[in-house]
Amino acid sequence: MRPVYLDNNATTRVSEEVVSAMLPFFTAQFGNASSMHTFGSEVGGAVKNARGQLQKLIGAAHDHEIVYTSCGTESDNMAILSALETQVGRNEVVTSVVEHPAVLALCDYLEKTRGIKIHRIPVDAKGRLDVDAYRKALGPKTAIASIMWANNETGTIFPIARLAELAHEAGALFHTDAVQAVGKITINVADSEIDMLSLSGHKLHAPKGIGALYVRRGVRLRPMLRGGHQERGRRAGTENAPSIIGLGKAAELALEYMNDEQTRVRALRDRLEDGILQRVANCFVTGDVEHRLPNTANIAFEYIEGEGILLMLNKAGIAASSGSACTSGSLEPSHVLRAMKVPYTAAHGAIRFSFSRENTEEDVDRVIEAVPSIIAKLREMSPFWKGEENTTAFQPTYA
Amino acid sequence: MWDYSEKVKDYFFNPKNSGVLEEANGVGDVGAIACGDALRLMIKVDPITEIITDAKFQTFGCGSAIASSSALTEIIIGKTIAEAMEITNQDIAEFLGGLPPEKMHCSVMGYEALRAAVANYRGEAWAEDHEEGALICKCFGVDEGMIERAVRMNSLTSVEQVQHFTKASGSCGTCLEPIEEVLQRVNAEMVEEGLLDAALAFDPAAAVRPVRKPKSGQSPLAPKTSVATPKLTNLQRIKLIEEAITDLRPYLKQDGGDCELIDVDGDQVFVKLSGACIGCQMSSVTLGGVQERLVEKLGQFVRVIPVPSAH
Repeated sequence: MRPVYLDNNATTRVSEEVVSAMLPFFTAQFGNASSMHTFGSEVGGAVKNARGQLQKLIGAAHDHEIVYTSCGTESDNMAILSALETQVGRNEVVTSVVEHPAVLALCDYLEKTRGIKIHRIPVDAKGRLDVDAYRKALGPKTAIASIMWANNETGTIFPIARLAELAHEAGALFHTDAVQAVGKITINVADSEIDMLSLSGHKLHAPKGIGALYVRRGVRLRPMLRGGHQERGRRAGTENAPSIIGLGKAAELALEYMNDEQTRVRALRDRLEDGILQRVANCFVTGDVEHRLPNTANIAFEYIEGEGILLMLNKAGIAASSGSACTSGSLEPSHVLRAMKVPYTAAHGAIRFSFSRENTEEDVDRVIEAVPSIIAKLREMSPFWKGEENTTAFQPTYA
Repeated sequence: MWDYSEKVKDYFFNPKNSGVLEEANGVGDVGAIACGDALRLMIKVDPITEIITDAKFQTFGCGSAIASSSALTEIIIGKTIAEAMEITNQDIAEFLGGLPPEKMHCSVMGYEALRAAVANYRGEAWAEDHEEGALICKCFGVDEGMIERAVRMNSLTSVEQVQHFTKASGSCGTCLEPIEEVLQRVNAEMVEEGLLDAALAFDPAAAVRPVRKPKSGQSPLAPKTSVATPKLTNLQRIKLIEEAITDLRPYLKQDGGDCELIDVDGDQVFVKLSGACIGCQMSSVTLGGVQERLVEKLGQFVRVIPVPSAH
């Protein structure tokens, strides 16, 4: 039986078209884009073309506003470190408690080793940012506000356009980690006040190991990697031409399928949620259901632990993920769900199903078919599950 | 994905003895839902023979927690309480064909649940050990308090030593940075209190790379000579082993424990742990430490095997 892959927020399959676009650049067109001969200029032209494709996907005014990096994490690090380096006297960062570790771990490190003051803005039970607290945290010392566009675990979308304006009112730069948003929702940076935006190839059917940082024209940038003149001196190192070209192709495809993502994929996701919620007692959807990515469903099952669910789903040929303690090797469940104050009884049993344009109705039906018996089997083994006593007392957190 | 053995998978997908044991006369609860792991062990003990005639479990936790619980019930059914209490968490892990290092705590949970259930059967109170301070090593569940104690009691001054004594950072290594911080802080305090020579204290600037003691006086780039290290006679080996254990005993005694050499057979070294080492959750760590010291001293591999103290 064909496996059902519903872990597209972790990574996606590289599209056939993307692979085809990349292949010539490993062999026939292997040149170094910087070289002064035909081998080089062919590659240079293709890299420039890819920049244009990515520019269109995020609605940037100029193609040279795109700086290629090795991954989303590098882009996030570059944005924050550069903002601190270019603005002497501004030594504070405003971010949120639900950011990806690519931002949070860097902020922890800067706080500890360089005395940078970090403001971590909380979220409410639906995962919505406390915009008031955000506004109050911004000030004349803020170098940069870095807030994710969409949350990787719940899909909750933050009001990025407004947050960028507020940062500018305080004279600070604004960066967004849009790794989960790019390719899933329409983005137009030119019309916004966003200064920097991180994206990652492997979340949109391009290969792993390629990312980009959008840097608005006029925003000063200090490189993390110094060396050659590649990327206009903003990121030294020989261009990863095959992957850059793959990312360009993937960006073009993502634009083509944007409507499909918003309609068909969203309908698949909703069908999965409805199907599970109707058939399984004591579970609920986490996050801001009205403002979230069309592809992400995060469902918390009470009284059981996520790893067991994932192992049983895997046996049924279904791939999903959890922020549970056991899968990450820590004792705490997902920092995102804890920040939302999802009770421990459910936070450990939260499962994320994330779709892509490659999923079908049949996939959804197979999951709906498999989940109820898995949950029942694990609850039977749980010392906390008391059957009817629990179902009658159940209060969905987000009624 | 975790690298689970076939037996772990089998005991997770087809657990034996899961559910409620209505006629249980001993129930042990360990863990909590907040920690992501909880186990209720129910045992039925024959009051005359003290044989565990039946056992069932209910577990909230990951695949290996469920498998460990099920394995525990399989191991203890048919044993007397005294026999069952000799089972260590290592036995549970071995029964399952091994557990990933990050998942060893699942077997510890089974070990504790048995103690809790037996205490309940005997009408005694059973108190779970609680963590102190921040959890530093997530793989082995080593917290700040445990590291601080190990550093203070044994005057540790390097991350490698901390790893040998507590296991912290021995698996994935992501906690090396926080260990350095604890080590630096505690060493500084010890210097202040006059417990440690300032010259010996951990210095992060000097610890940029691990210091490896040369195994022989030879350069690693020198051509290999065909002459192997001189073979020790059995008597010489036993003498060296005895010396190494004598060196270690003061450390064990600080914790109220002790260790005695029983026998040497080939590369197997049989020792008897006593005092506080018995039933200590960290006894496997202690044995690991003893083994490491012996291997270092002998320059050859030996396996340290505990002999049950009843024998």
